[in-house]
Amino acid sequence: MKLTVWTYEGPPHVGAMRVATGMKGLHYVLHAPQGDTYADLLFTMIERRDHRPPVSYTTFQARDLGADTAHLFKDACRDAYDRFQPEAIIVGASCTAELIQDDPGGLAETMGLPVPVIPLELPSYQRKENFGCDETFFQIVKHLTRPQELTQRITANLLGPTGLGFRHRDDIQEITAILGDLGIDVNVVAPMGATPADITRLPAAHFNVLMYPETGEAAARWLERNHDQPYTKIVPIGVGATRDFIAEVRAITGVEGQVDDSRLRLPWYSKSVDSTYLTGKRVFLFGDATHVKAAARIARDEMGFEVAGLGCYNREFARDIRALAKEFGVEPLITDDYLDVEKAIEAAQPEMILGTQMERHIGKRLGIPCAVISAPVHVQDFPARYSPQMGWEGANVIFDTWVHPLVMGLEEHLLHMFRDDFEFHDAAGPSHHGGHAPRPMDASERDEAPATPVVQTDGSIVWLADAEKELRKIPFFVRGKARRNTELYAADKGVSEISVDTLYEAKAHYAR
Amino acid sequence: MNDYTSIPSSGGCRDLPVLKERGQREVFCGLTGIIWLHRKMQDAFFLVVGSRTCAHLLQSAAGVMIFAEPRFGTAILEEKDLAGLADAQEELDREVDQLLSRRPDIRQLFLVGSCPSEVIKLDLARAAERLTQIHAPHVRVLNYSGSGIETTFTEGEDACLASMVPGLAETRERELLIVGALPDVVEDQALGLLNDLGIDRVRTLPARRADDAPEVGPNTVFALTQPFLGETHAALTRRGARHIQAPFPFGEEGTTAWLRAVADEFDVSAETFERVTAAPRARARKAIAAQAAELNGKSVFFFPDSQLELPLARFLTRECGMDAIEVGAPFIHKGLVGPDMDLIAPGPVISEGQDVDLQLDRARAARPDLTVCGLGLANPLEAEGLATKWAIELVFTPVHFYEQAGDLAGLFSRPLRRRERLRLEAAE
Repeated sequence: MKLTVWTYEGPPHVGAMRVATGMKGLHYVLHAPQGDTYADLLFTMIERRDHRPPVSYTTFQARDLGADTAHLFKDACRDAYDRFQPEAIIVGASCTAELIQDDPGGLAETMGLPVPVIPLELPSYQRKENFGCDETFFQIVKHLTRPQELTQRITANLLGPTGLGFRHRDDIQEITAILGDLGIDVNVVAPMGATPADITRLPAAHFNVLMYPETGEAAARWLERNHDQPYTKIVPIGVGATRDFIAEVRAITGVEGQVDDSRLRLPWYSKSVDSTYLTGKRVFLFGDATHVKAAARIARDEMGFEVAGLGCYNREFARDIRALAKEFGVEPLITDDYLDVEKAIEAAQPEMILGTQMERHIGKRLGIPCAVISAPVHVQDFPARYSPQMGWEGANVIFDTWVHPLVMGLEEHLLHMFRDDFEFHDAAGPSHHGGHAPRPMDASERDEAPATPVVQTDGSIVWLADAEKELRKIPFFVRGKARRNTELYAADKGVSEISVDTLYEAKAHYAR
Repeated sequence: MNDYTSIPSSGGCRDLPVLKERGQREVFCGLTGIIWLHRKMQDAFFLVVGSRTCAHLLQSAAGVMIFAEPRFGTAILEEKDLAGLADAQEELDREVDQLLSRRPDIRQLFLVGSCPSEVIKLDLARAAERLTQIHAPHVRVLNYSGSGIETTFTEGEDACLASMVPGLAETRERELLIVGALPDVVEDQALGLLNDLGIDRVRTLPARRADDAPEVGPNTVFALTQPFLGETHAALTRRGARHIQAPFPFGEEGTTAWLRAVADEFDVSAETFERVTAAPRARARKAIAAQAAELNGKSVFFFPDSQLELPLARFLTRECGMDAIEVGAPFIHKGLVGPDMDLIAPGPVISEGQDVDLQLDRARAARPDLTVCGLGLANPLEAEGLATKWAIELVFTPVHFYEQAGDLAGLFSRPLRRRERLRLEAAE
């Protein structure tokens, strides 16, 4: 038993729903109690879908448990086929139905339905949503693909995008354009938008683009083994990764087409002088492994940030994230416990968090700006405008998204210069963020530092009043770092009282 | 003068046949009630013993994530808990110890059963008893089931309140107990009105804090503010308390009838009643009229959701001039909603239970002007050109009593007004 306040991933059957809802002509018959129908609103509300997810729930009740729940399942299966006439059906159980062991797969097989029926085994008490996506898509691919002649032109399948995915809708468009420039057509995008018939003809493509390893890797590996389709290993999020991806595609296919990057603005925006203030900003990264890996490279190489910590919530990719953390010289954080993430962020004292919707709330509590880089998704992650993460436009979107929460360029210096201005002080917040009128500083904030030394929590190091007052003159967005560095320096030197001198000695010590 | 409680000449719809359906249901489970209950009871914590699905539901159900320090959590069952049950009790003790040491402000802990905990027959009653002994007197541990195999949406609140009743202290006082979790502002309005009527010994269930828990006994009379409190009704009756039957306090008419029934019980004079209610009644009527202009003559179709459907259909048909086509409720407890049903003119299909696809077929055929349904159905129906009202908002929004009557009507008129207002086509 494990106490959980918030979860990063839903149960695996929600992953299966993401595949089914992304596809067309497929129906999911889910053995589940009535409460599990809440999952429909993830799609209709968060993603604003205009159709119900293609899912029939058996909605068994307590009184059915003594009787015949298997019969309920078969009825639901038959009704679903009669009403929706799908090309294929996937069947499975949610966490509760798993316990009553009705074997939906076996039951459905005996029914002689005239379409393929694909049984899913998704262990609800061990695995989670991303596994549910990956496994479901893999089973669909395994059951439905048939050997095909390769297309005449060079084509690729795009694998991994699902319903309720983080910017999947727009990433597909971006990657399709890049491949188009290279002279490569898209054979099938799957699961998103594919019918079971489309799945059948996956092997006609020359190679696969694995867009999201979390949701498509098992299928990509299987296609490589069974249909000799190589797949791309680089996820094209960020400028460097997109260029590497293009090189990888050229190497796989031998095409030599040029990709038009005239729309790409990140490199110049990052070089322009206004961005100087981004230099060395300490960022903490957390999300799914794929987006964190991409974000780490962008943060360091394309924005000039310093990565102060990183981690992911999907254990399946723990090894990748450990290797990445080693490369960046930080401790990897592999956890799906929201409170652990909060603790780690608090300890790292970053100047910005690049995380999920959950970290936004951590940021709010700790007063640290946050930009969202990964699922779990929120209604805000389905913007009306075109807003990919991949490719050139993705890089542009990421630049804007990451810079937006920060105090900008010259404003940072003005804040420094006029920090005692009653309307333009720390608590006033960045001027481009509405919603909070500047609150005049109250007397305690403006007045002298406390007369008595402030004892630190561990009791060992004491800030003298003058030093505390001096510290307060440092802009709030670097004050935490200054405090921490000074204390580290003092501890290192065996100093138990921090004076103004200690503060500036520490500053000199850490200056580069 | 009591024309507002007059039964339609045709006799209402209490005794008309009900369409009973059994098929796929598109409803929340009882765990959902935790979303509002944990805000109402400020020193209570709700610990769901369940699966990842339960945790995911709780953070998704409100449509947004509520990140104010939550006073609920899920003890997620893992493989090893499913293997041996003795172990699960120990694990639960450990999780509760940790939780209570981290949150010393917690005075009431609800262990909430879920589908998986019910199926593996995890004995939460025993756990609650044991944990109460360990943590008494500071913390009282109770248990109820919010599982989707036993409860539908608002039945979770019912189960929660019912679980509190046996532990309430005994009293011989003649007191009025108001039952149902209302937003504090609405509860205060109701208490103010009752006080003005001269009824001053009034308690509420649930109380905002554990120390304010009401007492109950043979001289207690109680009035329900929500129609889904059947189990709580039964539990209070077992304690000797007596129920005051009335329509539910939605709209001017419902509120007046509800107050009238309570006033009659306490022998409040007609003059006093008139003096106290005249002004708020007039305000409520005026506020409703402002919204009802848009609702008058429009048709409405209710999918089953919260059990509020029948009282709301009464409000919409009688006070807002709407025509009900179908009123679906997950359950119809005539002992509670009977007085509301008496006031609904025959005509609409009254349905109980659900087969969602068949019901969708009926709604599509009827093309109602407004469809009241759950979040899973609303956008798909909008895409088919039907205006919808999300039912869950009716449970989360202050809608009871006089001062909210206009807001209640507004919840239904806003979707229609929005459709009128949007101009998304070319101008010609």
